[in-house]
Amino acid sequence: MSELLLEIADDELILGWRDSEWTGIAPFLEEDVAFSSIAQNEVGHARALYELAARDLGATADELAFDREPSEYRCSELVELRLPEWERTIARHVLYEQADAERLERLKASDDPEVAGLAAKIDREEIYHRLHAEMWHERLKDEPRYVEALEELRPLVGKRNGHTPELTTLWEEMTSVRRSQPAGTTW
Amino acid sequence: MTEAAVWEALAEIPDPEIPVISVVDLGVVREVRVEAERVHVEFTPTFLGCPALEVMRDAMAARIAELGADPEVEVVLDDSWSTDRITPEGREKLRAAGFAPPTPRGEGTTLVQLQSTGFRCPYCGSRDTALENIFGPTPCRSLRYCRDCKQPFEQFKTI
Repeated sequence: MSELLLEIADDELILGWRDSEWTGIAPFLEEDVAFSSIAQNEVGHARALYELAARDLGATADELAFDREPSEYRCSELVELRLPEWERTIARHVLYEQADAERLERLKASDDPEVAGLAAKIDREEIYHRLHAEMWHERLKDEPRYVEALEELRPLVGKRNGHTPELTTLWEEMTSVRRSQPAGTTW
Repeated sequence: MTEAAVWEALAEIPDPEIPVISVVDLGVVREVRVEAERVHVEFTPTFLGCPALEVMRDAMAARIAELGADPEVEVVLDDSWSTDRITPEGREKLRAAGFAPPTPRGEGTTLVQLQSTGFRCPYCGSRDTALENIFGPTPCRSLRYCRDCKQPFEQFKTI
């Protein structure tokens, strides 16, 4: 179970970082607010999932989030990519939310009450991400660039047998503050 | 030290992001247990990514310490909080401060429903309001616009 929790936590953490790259530069203000808020939620979910995984792994949530090597992350290639094109960002958002919804449904049925309870809580917040993705899908579904982006990214949704170089670049940025201090520093 | 005294003290702690409402009004305090000098509080956050979580936890611990007890504030990450836990007093305080309180959870939230009219403007009471943005200044709020009094307002998301 802790492996699956890590997989989801890594997806949410990395996607949260990628979504936050729109803060300040989204095509319009509403989307600046939306992607910033979604990013905040995803990183919040990652933290709760890492805390739960940490229970069985004898580590802290921060250690799991930031002290592993990029090769040890279990996220899919879909969330790793830096996507500065709006239609590709929306395509990723739509694909991710669909896959995440199915995964959360399975977790909500877990025999472990802590896992099922957390999955249900996460799912309540994800409803709003799905509605946002649905709204954009309706707007863009006949745009060729968007349709191409969906086709390009769909094979990456569950691709977890390796990582893109972009994960390493993001990891360096994400962990730079933590790595600047000696191990065991209290944050 | 009685449990009622602890609840009363916690009811003085404002939500850090919407200070018109207290943590008790918000329904995030799930249980208070007094065991001799120790006061155990179970607290469950609204949204998982809410940065107010630690602020609320520390404020509750500090308030209990002021009462002369030994605080133990446990954060429970389960599914026990929903916007239905906001008290009637809390809902009225939100409305008076210009935040439309959340609608009851009912049968789930859809885009069609959010984009429909029917959410009441906290300023003039009109239901002729439109969704401006699903997301707002904090994870728990959406932005709407009242077509009658021409006033934008924040709607507490139903979760």
